[in-house]
Amino acid sequence: MTAPMTPLKRTPLRDVHVKAGAKMVPFGGWDMPVQYTGIIDEHRTVRGAVGLFDISHMGEFEVQGPDALAAVQRLCTNDASTLAVGQVQYAALCYPEGGIVDDLTVYRLAPEHFMLVVNASNIDKDWAWVTSHSEGRARWANVSDDTALLAVQGPKAEALVGRLADRDVTGIDYYHFARGAVAGVEGIVSRTGYTGEDGFELYVPAGQAERLWNALLEAGRDDGIKPIGLGARDTLRLEMKYALYGNDIDQTTNPLEAGLGWVVKPAKGDFIGRAAVEALRARGVGRRLVGFEMVERAVPRHGYRLMAGDAPVGVVTSGSFGPSVERSIGMGYVPADRAAVGTPLSVEIRGARHEARVVKTPFHPSHTKKA
Amino acid sequence: MANVPAELKYTREHEWAKVEGDRARIGITAFAQEQLGDVVFVELPKVGAKVTAMKTFGVVESVKAVSDLFAPVTGEVVEVNVELPKKPELVNTDPYGQGWMLVIRMGNPKEIDGLMGAADYEKLTAGAGH
Repeated sequence: MTAPMTPLKRTPLRDVHVKAGAKMVPFGGWDMPVQYTGIIDEHRTVRGAVGLFDISHMGEFEVQGPDALAAVQRLCTNDASTLAVGQVQYAALCYPEGGIVDDLTVYRLAPEHFMLVVNASNIDKDWAWVTSHSEGRARWANVSDDTALLAVQGPKAEALVGRLADRDVTGIDYYHFARGAVAGVEGIVSRTGYTGEDGFELYVPAGQAERLWNALLEAGRDDGIKPIGLGARDTLRLEMKYALYGNDIDQTTNPLEAGLGWVVKPAKGDFIGRAAVEALRARGVGRRLVGFEMVERAVPRHGYRLMAGDAPVGVVTSGSFGPSVERSIGMGYVPADRAAVGTPLSVEIRGARHEARVVKTPFHPSHTKKA
Repeated sequence: MANVPAELKYTREHEWAKVEGDRARIGITAFAQEQLGDVVFVELPKVGAKVTAMKTFGVVESVKAVSDLFAPVTGEVVEVNVELPKKPELVNTDPYGQGWMLVIRMGNPKEIDGLMGAADYEKLTAGAGH
């Protein structure tokens, strides 16, 4: 094993995870818990009860000023002008050629004040990108190090957070947020997540993270709450076919082929990548990111080849055993004419072909709060 | 500390072997399954296949990882655990019992003497992992 070039970064809860017996792994430059009790058990806890995630490695940028909206509009593919204060939007940052810099969520904190939440592994790249492609009088701040982010996800999340909050949380709709205190810790209570379950993401000051973490575990004990590692976070998102940057989307993929056309809004005006994505849309995409399931249990993994007969036709971008669907599933790019549900494929695993077929996604039904 | 039964022999790659006359029953250790996490797929050779000491004979997959399986001894596969395709989690719940993988008719029973005893295996795994 080679030593990392730079020491791994730590969230404010890193020592708490180690003390709790979590198995730690490097992820995107961070020392993160991959599992506590076991990935399948943690996955089922989130689907069936409630789980607590430390996702403080995610990055948060704030932008404010008279040109804050213009800056966000120039950088993001989605239309932030439609956001009310208290609303959240999923979007992508694109290169001029249409490749993806990152995917992110955009929060409208005030009319001229936004928060952009980006992937942990992309914080430095994204920071350089947004600040060098900003507009006019927009003031940027990278608040990633000051901000902790805890996700409370699962069917029992609403009641749990509700018991600890100083305000009603049942009225916070999906992809909306409110300011409030949970267990006495002030922050942003956001009805968002990456699991397909109802729940919240709580943005709080880094110094308060441990207090909130412990309060949630304590208050959720009778609900069966457990801390959840990145392993289950990955299987949960995969069952929803949520893209993971670096696996399913990156600089070499565009939002249309990745199935993210719904967050690209050319009618809003110009943005970086618009011309390229419009040209693609007019021409039609050559390949599509599909969900597939394996006929047997052999597990498809990132980078394995997708085959049609003897011909390689694509590549697996994510794959795992899906604990809720109880079979091996994956995502990958295939030619557009092989993307229809039911299309047979095979995955080359250790030199042998294993049958698969394109299926409807999400693999597991979504239980997020309906607007 | 993972469970290391005294009557078994061990490889550096975390397989165990139990001598049953001229045969050896093999599987992976409690330490190995702990390191792997939830096992979701086991790929094993068929009855009649030949395996060679310290060469791969199959693969075990957990949710996160793929690991090769190494044969502790040379010989012919005479039994395969047919429960594992349906219940790969037996490797986690009972690695030395219901989670066994193969029974091998040994071509060279002396190879057993080259494997580690429980005390040495315990030393190998002490302090490893997390």
